[in-house]
Amino acid sequence: MTMKRSKWGALAAVGVLVMAFGWLIYGGLDSNVVYFLTPKELAAKGVEGMDKPVRLGGQVKPGSVVWDEKALDLRFTVTDGTSEIAVHSKGAPPQMFKDGQGVVIEGRYGKDSVFKSTSLMVKHSNEYKAPEKGERPSEMYKSLMKSSGS
Amino acid sequence: MTRLLAYNAIIVATAISLLGAVLLPVAIRRGRRDWLTLGYAAVYTNFVLVTVATLALVWGLVTHDFSISYVAQVGSRATPLFFTVISLWGALEGSIVFWAWVLALYGAAAVYFNRGREGHLVPYAAVTLLLVSLFFHVLLLGPANPFQPVFPVPFDGPGPNPLLQNHILMAVHPPLLYLGYVGFTVPFAFAVGAMLSGEVASDDWIRLGRRWTVASWGFLTAAIVAGMWWSYEVLGWGGYWAWDPVENASFIPWLTATAYLHSVMVQERRGMLKLWNLNLMVGTFVLTILGTFLTRSGIISSVHAFTTGTIGYYFLAFIGIVLVAALFMVAGNSDRLASEGRLDAPLSRETAFLVQNLLFTAFMFTVLIGTLFPLVAEAARGVKVSVGEPFFNKMSLPLMVALLFLMGVGPALPWRKAAGEELKGRLLPGIVLGVLFAIGVVAAGGRGAYSVLAFLFAGFALGTNLQEFVRGANARVKAHGESFVMALVRLVAANRRRYGGYTAHIGVIMVAVGIAASSTFKTEQEATLTPGQTMTVAGHTLRFKNAWGRQEKQREVIGATMEWMDGDRVRAQIEPRMNYYPTQQEPVPTPDVRSTLRGDIYLSLMAFKADGSNVTVKVIWEPLVPWIWIGGMVVCLGAIVGAWPGGRERGRAVATPAAPALAEGQP
Repeated sequence: MTMKRSKWGALAAVGVLVMAFGWLIYGGLDSNVVYFLTPKELAAKGVEGMDKPVRLGGQVKPGSVVWDEKALDLRFTVTDGTSEIAVHSKGAPPQMFKDGQGVVIEGRYGKDSVFKSTSLMVKHSNEYKAPEKGERPSEMYKSLMKSSGS
Repeated sequence: MTRLLAYNAIIVATAISLLGAVLLPVAIRRGRRDWLTLGYAAVYTNFVLVTVATLALVWGLVTHDFSISYVAQVGSRATPLFFTVISLWGALEGSIVFWAWVLALYGAAAVYFNRGREGHLVPYAAVTLLLVSLFFHVLLLGPANPFQPVFPVPFDGPGPNPLLQNHILMAVHPPLLYLGYVGFTVPFAFAVGAMLSGEVASDDWIRLGRRWTVASWGFLTAAIVAGMWWSYEVLGWGGYWAWDPVENASFIPWLTATAYLHSVMVQERRGMLKLWNLNLMVGTFVLTILGTFLTRSGIISSVHAFTTGTIGYYFLAFIGIVLVAALFMVAGNSDRLASEGRLDAPLSRETAFLVQNLLFTAFMFTVLIGTLFPLVAEAARGVKVSVGEPFFNKMSLPLMVALLFLMGVGPALPWRKAAGEELKGRLLPGIVLGVLFAIGVVAAGGRGAYSVLAFLFAGFALGTNLQEFVRGANARVKAHGESFVMALVRLVAANRRRYGGYTAHIGVIMVAVGIAASSTFKTEQEATLTPGQTMTVAGHTLRFKNAWGRQEKQREVIGATMEWMDGDRVRAQIEPRMNYYPTQQEPVPTPDVRSTLRGDIYLSLMAFKADGSNVTVKVIWEPLVPWIWIGGMVVCLGAIVGAWPGGRERGRAVATPAAPALAEGQP
């Protein structure tokens, strides 16, 4: 009899633990899921999309890049052809960052309608493509290659 | 030629595996010893054939035989020989070949060392090993065939993924991971063998599989640490763990395997948790296959996901079959799995193990759910999401802190029931050390509750685990009059499993301290510098000397020379660089790290002017990070001590009444 009762007690305890654990996981997921969005989708969300972790994918709008290399302050506009979002980022962009480049930006869309980036990645296709003529570093950075004398 | 040799070897291996898997059960039924020998011969032949295929593929890579599809995909004449050889595991098909080879090797060894054992457990284990082998052969003949003909034969190939030929650790991490992942197939096969032969009531399957489990666990641990190290040294962001799905894929089975290593002791010692241990072993095996599915099916895009294709369905089908079969086998044995013992007291070692298992299981589900959630969300609701690092950090921090605490309490608790007075003495050194650690971290400016707790419990666990060595050695000094060092060596040699375990604990504590320190006190700063200009991060001054370019055999390199200053003296030159590979437009950023025992100076080249007039660098001070790698090695040392042949038997001999001082604390 006592065996049985303790067994039920243990089962109930495990049940409570599992439920508490599930609730914790649910809460954790709910507040930490990062959505992948395009500028159009983010704009369409309006206030609801603000101040939430988002991964924003699009192209760098040509002519929009303002880069202060002393303050390491970067501003540009990301576009998907229909909508545009202003982005503000701290730190040097990746070497391949340029006008028209596909980028993925992680961060939050602020109430001031500026997307604060915490990480900026250049999107590249999975296929490896050889650099075109004139784009090889030995051609682009001639003076650097010479200075080392090799 | 090479291609046909390799391909046909796999075809024959497939047939032989199938034949063996059919023949062995018949041999068992009919009691035919000669057929049994024939079935074991199938296991060995399978190994020989897969070896032939693997060597042929390596030969094809080395001789640049671009008529083989795999070579045409990853080979290139410009790649140095070393990276050509290791590109065997640089893409999907080759990695499956390598996997099949490791599996065949493990299978042959496991059968060879246990071939003389009476009973049906080993034959059924051999069937299991052959069937798993068969699955990988089917992959090699179907969706992951590296031996397809290429026509017309190209003169040159693109070479391996630049990221994978950028660092020497790529030669270390994948083989270790495979040795770990695949190794769990052996104890799993023993578990299946025990269930099919009806021998689950004895603990034989655990004993037979123990060394294989410890060795695989050691390999997997080493692989995870090597992967962290690779990510740290290569990816340039200054971190070592990002809760990336592929990292999680290696970590999830590690969690269940670690739980298993502890909970089997409860079964061996007290006859409890039999059903649980079987499930843990089946779960660990399934999770290694799930991990392979996640990393190799292309379902998650990452450096590990080489291609998308149909291979994912094969993995899902295999996982489904294993799960259903395991369910039936466990259910069929349920009446033999009743517990012999029961919990006597809440304060005992078995309770510590029970709580430890509960925490590890919760940890496993946390990581598993967080990893699979994006897949489920995309399949069910069509939204693309990822689960951010904050989720994993928030969920895992309390678990890790609690586990550190348990690691300190567990070794001090005796089996069955703890006596208060004795416990005090065994916990005291840990408590003192823990308080010292906590004071140290607060003095250094650490304020977060979790980081103070982490240091407190790390010190505590270090104290109790070290104390076990000291106590045991002192007992020997008293009993045998040996010198302390001699006593320590003999103590470990005579109780390898136990002290291997404590050694692993100490390694884990070092890793935990490294992680806690670097996440609490990491300092980073980015700056654009002209030649001669300096910057200071966490008291370390760095001066930019010059930018340079260089042509190397398989790549072009742009680098910056930075000088780590000690007053006016140059302490070290650090050269972060960007490597340009001919097959990729984007450079591979290659950070440079200088290590000291107090921490690392970590430099990344972020951007540079084409004329070298300035560069943007990121400087990170990473306190105590080297202790993560040192700790990883100590854990592996513990695994080696624990898995070394001969230890257990001798350990038993010492535990006879002839040496009462030692027997008292036996696990």
